[in-house]
Amino acid sequence: MVLEQLDTLYREVILDHFREPHNHGELPDAQIKAQGTNPLCGDEMAFWVKLNGDHIEQVKFSGKGCAISQAAASMLTEQLKGKSLKDAHGLIQTMRAMMQGQEPSPQADLGDLESLAGVRKFPVRIKCAALSWNILEQGLQDYQRKGAA
Amino acid sequence: MLDVQRIRQDFPILHRTVHDRRPLVYLDNAATTQKPRQVIEALVNYYSRYNANIHRGIHALAEEATAAYERTRVETGRFINAPSSRSVIFTRNATEAINVIAQAWGRANLQSGDEILLTEMEHHANLVPWQMVAKATGAKLAHVGISDDGVLKMDEYRQKLTSKTKVVGVTHMSNVLGTINPVEEISKLAHAKGALVVVDAAQSAPQLRLDVQAMGCDALAFSAHKMLGPTGVGVLYAKEELLEAMPPFLGGGEMIADVTLTDATWNELPWKFEAGTPNIADVVAFSEALAYLERIGLQAVRAHEQELLGYALERLQGLDDISLYGPKALDQRGGAVSFNLAGLHPHDVGTILDHEGIAIRAGHHCAKPLMRRLGVAATARASFYFYNTKEEVDCLVDGLRAVKAFFARPARAVRGS
Repeated sequence: MVLEQLDTLYREVILDHFREPHNHGELPDAQIKAQGTNPLCGDEMAFWVKLNGDHIEQVKFSGKGCAISQAAASMLTEQLKGKSLKDAHGLIQTMRAMMQGQEPSPQADLGDLESLAGVRKFPVRIKCAALSWNILEQGLQDYQRKGAA
Repeated sequence: MLDVQRIRQDFPILHRTVHDRRPLVYLDNAATTQKPRQVIEALVNYYSRYNANIHRGIHALAEEATAAYERTRVETGRFINAPSSRSVIFTRNATEAINVIAQAWGRANLQSGDEILLTEMEHHANLVPWQMVAKATGAKLAHVGISDDGVLKMDEYRQKLTSKTKVVGVTHMSNVLGTINPVEEISKLAHAKGALVVVDAAQSAPQLRLDVQAMGCDALAFSAHKMLGPTGVGVLYAKEELLEAMPPFLGGGEMIADVTLTDATWNELPWKFEAGTPNIADVVAFSEALAYLERIGLQAVRAHEQELLGYALERLQGLDDISLYGPKALDQRGGAVSFNLAGLHPHDVGTILDHEGIAIRAGHHCAKPLMRRLGVAATARASFYFYNTKEEVDCLVDGLRAVKAFFARPARAVRGS
């Protein structure tokens, strides 16, 4: 029973991403670089986003953290590739709503990010999952604000 | 020798279970300790029998409440061997106690060119208040480093302690490393340069017999909730002459002698520093916590913790891929042990242990500069108190084996749900 509970948090796909994170590294020529910290545990993470027009051509992340934060970042970067900035914001909103208990619409293409639904049963760990999209959203917003100014 | 099984009968919470009826193994005592029924009953008794506002009432309940509140002050003073209970101020917690000194004394006495000397192993509670005062006054911050095994570099302390140093802030016992700092020597050296010494005793007050006169410090702060007492009560001890010379921290009721529309004069010590209705119920119940510790004796508390810590360090060292932080010598440390398992984040370690019923702390422990010094983002920390047992240490070690096994499971080829 206890192990089953833990398995809803640490799904195999999450552990896979944790063990072998996708898109881990830096992109020196990225237009967007966003950094942030989880104040609870001190984990630091950075995202590099390379744009082609208003589409995300490449995105990487760096930093160390727990299995949940690392897997979430790995899955998120995977899912963001090729998306427009608008769709990227939409994906982030969907993930945020999911953490607050809303079921994503069947049309939403979440890929492996779907496996993070189990984190909701572990309220203290939601911040670990949310760290990556919070940082990324801040970075996208700062970039767009700068562009508009 | 403590009769731990009998002692555990006094702590109702130690008999509950968590996550699918697992017995609770509570190893997060450096964060807060559990409360014996004597303390819990004292809270109920206060609210059931003599709840009243203190000092100003002229009825029976107010008299009883005032007497119980002030009696606790006397007992608290005695507990740390303060020369007078006028030196004992009740605050919300140790953090607020340090802020009283930093803000009230610091703003009135520090200026540009002065230095505030702290250490690399301080809790944020003994860093941030001084940073705020430094910004406000133009005083400079300096920090004494630690060795790789978490011992304060006393040579560096002697070097950095100069005639510019106006105050030295130091933890008596690190909440991360467990390191016990030589406060007596630190005070002597500081006083020779004319600097004040402010001691964060939040971790040491629950475990060591404190004698503020022998320690020689000018001020000392600790929290009731880390030593069997309720939350919401902190203690600031400071030398009377220091408190007399300091302006008040907060203004309001109770802390005044006289008030006109445009001016006020201050009440006597200690009430000058206790504006507004204090946390009467929790202070009164803290008295039972002190009585409990006196009954079993701080020497026995310390001896039991040393035994547990020694056992824990020995067993933990037997695990592969574990990094342990803090001094090797048992007599140089208190009952907290911080560690990391290679390749695993302490939050993941904490979550798995939690599901085994084991409560530890994982994170930066409000000591981010120390984490940076250790070269880690976070650590896991198990911290013991006198009601913990060797069997619970065994549970921790077994739990850590389970953590390693959990994350060592072969990754499945199948993806998604």
